[in-house]
Amino acid sequence: MTTPERTVMEDVDQPAEPPPADESAPACTFRVKNLSIWYGEKRAIDNVTLDIVSNAVSAIIGPSGCGKSTFIRALNRMHELVPKTRVEGTVLLHGEDLYSNDVDPAIVRRRVGMVFQKSNPFPTMSIGENVIVGLRLNGVRDRKFLNERLEKSLRMAALWDEVKDDLHKPGTSLSGGQQQRLCIARALAVEPEVLLMDEPCSALDPIATAKIEELIYELKAKYTIVTVTHNMQQAGRISDYTAFFYLGRLIEFGPTTKIFTNPSERQTEDYITGRFG
Amino acid sequence: MRFERAHHHTWRKIKSGLVSTIAFVSALLVIAPLGLVFFHLLVNGAGSVNWDFFTKLPAPVGAAGGGMVNAIVGTLELLALAGAIGIPVGVLGGIYLAEYGSARINSILRFLADVLNGIPSITWGVVVYGLVVLRFKGFSAYAGGLALSLIMIPLILRTTEEVVLLVPNGYREAALALGVSRWKTIVHIVMKTASKGIITGILLALARVGGETAPLLFTAFGNRFWNHSLSQPIAALPLQIFTYAISPYDDWHRQAWAGALVLVTGVFCVNVIVRVLTRGRAASVV
Repeated sequence: MTTPERTVMEDVDQPAEPPPADESAPACTFRVKNLSIWYGEKRAIDNVTLDIVSNAVSAIIGPSGCGKSTFIRALNRMHELVPKTRVEGTVLLHGEDLYSNDVDPAIVRRRVGMVFQKSNPFPTMSIGENVIVGLRLNGVRDRKFLNERLEKSLRMAALWDEVKDDLHKPGTSLSGGQQQRLCIARALAVEPEVLLMDEPCSALDPIATAKIEELIYELKAKYTIVTVTHNMQQAGRISDYTAFFYLGRLIEFGPTTKIFTNPSERQTEDYITGRFG
Repeated sequence: MRFERAHHHTWRKIKSGLVSTIAFVSALLVIAPLGLVFFHLLVNGAGSVNWDFFTKLPAPVGAAGGGMVNAIVGTLELLALAGAIGIPVGVLGGIYLAEYGSARINSILRFLADVLNGIPSITWGVVVYGLVVLRFKGFSAYAGGLALSLIMIPLILRTTEEVVLLVPNGYREAALALGVSRWKTIVHIVMKTASKGIITGILLALARVGGETAPLLFTAFGNRFWNHSLSQPIAALPLQIFTYAISPYDDWHRQAWAGALVLVTGVFCVNVIVRVLTRGRAASVV
């Protein structure tokens, strides 16, 4: 925990610090140790330990209510929006504890972006305003810089060509898949180090889903991506690592090929082959 | 089931027709007073609404002509004072109820706000008379504005709370997930999304208190001349109407009718503005 009060501009100018080199490969963005989370009396996450590998896609799978959303939200402290949550254990982002007392959750969320299940562009804003709203509300005023970042983010989200002439139109005028890519562009515009995606395709048709999956594949060159999915085939297609959660516990975690072809745990196999969940 | 029992079908049709007729007549009965009042005001007041009415001070008893410009301006001043206190307190209170606070305390606050909304408006006049007028030894525009603001606060508070709660949680989460602070999220995302609803609540509250007479009797008191200081008694349209209507002079009666017509038209216009504002409601969520 060295620089908790980093500003956006600093984040922008200096790329993410390289992960500590003292580990043997692969480099990890998150190191989660003995993480438990309670909502009131209910324990949603039970003693989870796992490392999220940098510049790779990690998929979280498991039946409904198994804690996958809680887990992914714990990676940028979004789960704290629910009252009466309690956390035990540590989550290290490049070695810094997210839950240390002097860490501002807003700074955590600037470094760890999030895309939600339901696309949620702000209805009062145009497409362009939606993309740069994160920078604007964090105090960036430089028009030239904002315009550059606007185009860059939309290009990265593979949306630029479709909307470049309609930037002033309302964000809600786009189709569902475009709205979701707009939300991805909005998250990318603040240049996070990690992108969390909570079932980003579950409300989309197959063509829009394919576009987002392709996008996820391209984005992992620059970002570490953690995604929750209900769709087993999708986890198989897009992810490098897969974590299987059941009843708040991490049952198995490893390379996706191994989890899908040769799982070590019986429960994992049952779930993947569709015997339950 | 077959279709053989046709007479049941007929009987059902008759019942249906009967009930819709009753509903239609009830609806007419609700709207009729509005039409009658407006018609009556037009017949009795339209003749006296002229340029002088909006530009001249009241004429002395017996002298023809004169207007109510001081009362019209006075009402606007009182509304400005009431808004200056009532809008910020009401809006901020509504946001507190919707975004902060614990569920139990909030339900108590909500209940109390509803109780306040039900208090007869003359009570507020008496309260402010005791708190302000007696203490500062005089009726004043400030006292009148305060009395009106006390009526506005619970109204604005409840409408603000309701429209802020209508803003889907996804927008709050989206903003917070960008690293935007809580208060900036509330101001720039939540309030902006709910702005039409909040403005509607404010306008309706202003329209409501603009026609209040009772709370001004003990506070603003009324004034036949220009008000030169907010710490002096001030004229207000409803007060002037009240005074003129109970007077024995025909001239004043005509002026009272005109005043009532102007007041009702003003309130009507505010409601039309509200309708226009909320027309695009479906498109912009709130």
